[in-house]
Amino acid sequence: MTAQLLALAFERPAIDWHAVAPELVLLTAGCLITLADVIFLEKARSFTAALAGLGVLATAIPLITLATSGADRVLFGGAYVVDDFALITKAIFLMAGYVVILLSTNYVAEGDYWENEYYGLLLASLMGMIMMASSRDLISIFVALELLSIPAYLMVAWRKGDARSNEAGLKYYLMGVFASAVMLYGMSLLFGLAGSTQLTDIAAAVASGATSTSATTLAIVFIIAGFAFKVSAAPFHTWAPDVYEGAPTPVTAFLSVASKAAGFVAILQLLYVGFYGRADVYEPLIWILAAASMTLGNLVALRQTNIVRLMAYSGVAQTGFIIAPLAVAGHAGLGDQALSTVVTYLAIYAAMNLGAFAVIITLSRKTGSAELSSFGGAFSYAPGLTVAMSFFLFSLAGIPPLGGWFAKFEVFRVLTSAGDFWGYSLAVIAAVNSVIALYYYAGIARRMWADDAPEGDLAPVPTTPSLVIALAICAGVTLAFGVVPQIVARFTDVSLLALGG
Amino acid sequence: MFLNQFLLLSVALFAIGVYGVLARRNGVMVLMSIELILNAVNINLVSFAAFTENLAGEVFALFVIAVAAAEVGVGLAMIMLLYRNRRNIDLTELDLMKG
Repeated sequence: MTAQLLALAFERPAIDWHAVAPELVLLTAGCLITLADVIFLEKARSFTAALAGLGVLATAIPLITLATSGADRVLFGGAYVVDDFALITKAIFLMAGYVVILLSTNYVAEGDYWENEYYGLLLASLMGMIMMASSRDLISIFVALELLSIPAYLMVAWRKGDARSNEAGLKYYLMGVFASAVMLYGMSLLFGLAGSTQLTDIAAAVASGATSTSATTLAIVFIIAGFAFKVSAAPFHTWAPDVYEGAPTPVTAFLSVASKAAGFVAILQLLYVGFYGRADVYEPLIWILAAASMTLGNLVALRQTNIVRLMAYSGVAQTGFIIAPLAVAGHAGLGDQALSTVVTYLAIYAAMNLGAFAVIITLSRKTGSAELSSFGGAFSYAPGLTVAMSFFLFSLAGIPPLGGWFAKFEVFRVLTSAGDFWGYSLAVIAAVNSVIALYYYAGIARRMWADDAPEGDLAPVPTTPSLVIALAICAGVTLAFGVVPQIVARFTDVSLLALGG
Repeated sequence: MFLNQFLLLSVALFAIGVYGVLARRNGVMVLMSIELILNAVNINLVSFAAFTENLAGEVFALFVIAVAAAEVGVGLAMIMLLYRNRRNIDLTELDLMKG
């Protein structure tokens, strides 16, 4: 074995540099930010945010060249794959990351927090996400997961002197590490069953029926549970409201969109490339997660008085909607449809949820509070923001012609075309939940339009150019998906089954 | 080679770790319990790797050890922060936010 190891140590695997170019560009940007801090010290503060934004935009360039070059690229013997699925999800992460940088720009500077470290960690976390989109091996999935999680733990606790932020950071950290430890235990069992860490080999082993059913079930349940934590699916959502409330609001936006999307991307890869042959195990599991998340998230959201906590529970409910098509993913002919539905929903969800957070952050610049009552009468002093917020809220609720409507429509289409009890029952639960969700989303809008401003304070909201750009990006994407879905959905029409199933 | 003995040891460690995470109130003890789970994972990986003569398991275990070190670094820093602000690390007193 030693001889084998030595032979490996001196042989560099062939690397397709074009395929890893996005990761390299982002890494360079992260290093530049750290270097700028070391060289220019305090003077670097003024341009760090711009540098981080440019880094993320520059990362999009190799993504576009990869997309136009067409062919799938397979690296490291299949452990790292750049295909259409990887490219579109990387694009979603970069868009979310860019908007979060825009949202953070003034928040971090005005709060007098550490800036260089903040953006360095943000880019590190983003790096983990774009790695996750290509990982087709247990080891690379694990490393990508930790690379995206560890900086996020630190960013949640960024307001060092604030007891709530400390508490949120420690809660997120402990529950996150616990979830990833349980997930790792599942991965170790899976490695023992399949004798390989590659998802394609695992697919062959678990689908053949040669592995013990109980051990395979245990491994799959542990792994899905670990990622269910990341996407805050009930009953693994308990961290979300506290962490969202305690964390700096731009970080909350990052967690509720980018980090959640990364969890979904991992689940998609594991299900489609690894476990696809074991629909008998994962379909009931996903069904329970989806039904529980939608129902619990919506019912608890009804009685929230803090808008960030409300968004946390609404996020849990949205998780239920996003994951729902996977409950019928193993049905013949539905696999690819369920996959593109989930990717479409992720793209739309990223835009509309970030948009809602952008409005919350902007309005809080004036009110300094996240209580729902402080948003009363926003129309009288910030009509533009109120219209934008209503726009994002109605999109989240699924009202045509906004993006959220198309996403929900696709979910219902996939669920009902399964044509059996499980598909129909989940569709009914989803329909009931859409109505409940509309009630509290519309409740926020009603306060902003109809209520009186607290203490009659009608001073305008101080906006900044970066917040306006962020709002414009989110609104544009949300509207594009709602008005011309057939054009935009072409990008999210991807498949993973050619590789694994 | 008796794989079962290693697996039983690993299950025992895993169970003790999960119990520790759920029952302990002290932040550092919870961190140590999580380390127990990670070590259960490593024992699993290394014993499966030795049993099937597949190097990937040992490589995976190395990655787990390295990443766990990074995680604990962050965790201890966070517990330090909490201790500075509150003068104790009792997790049951983390109850500022509810609802």
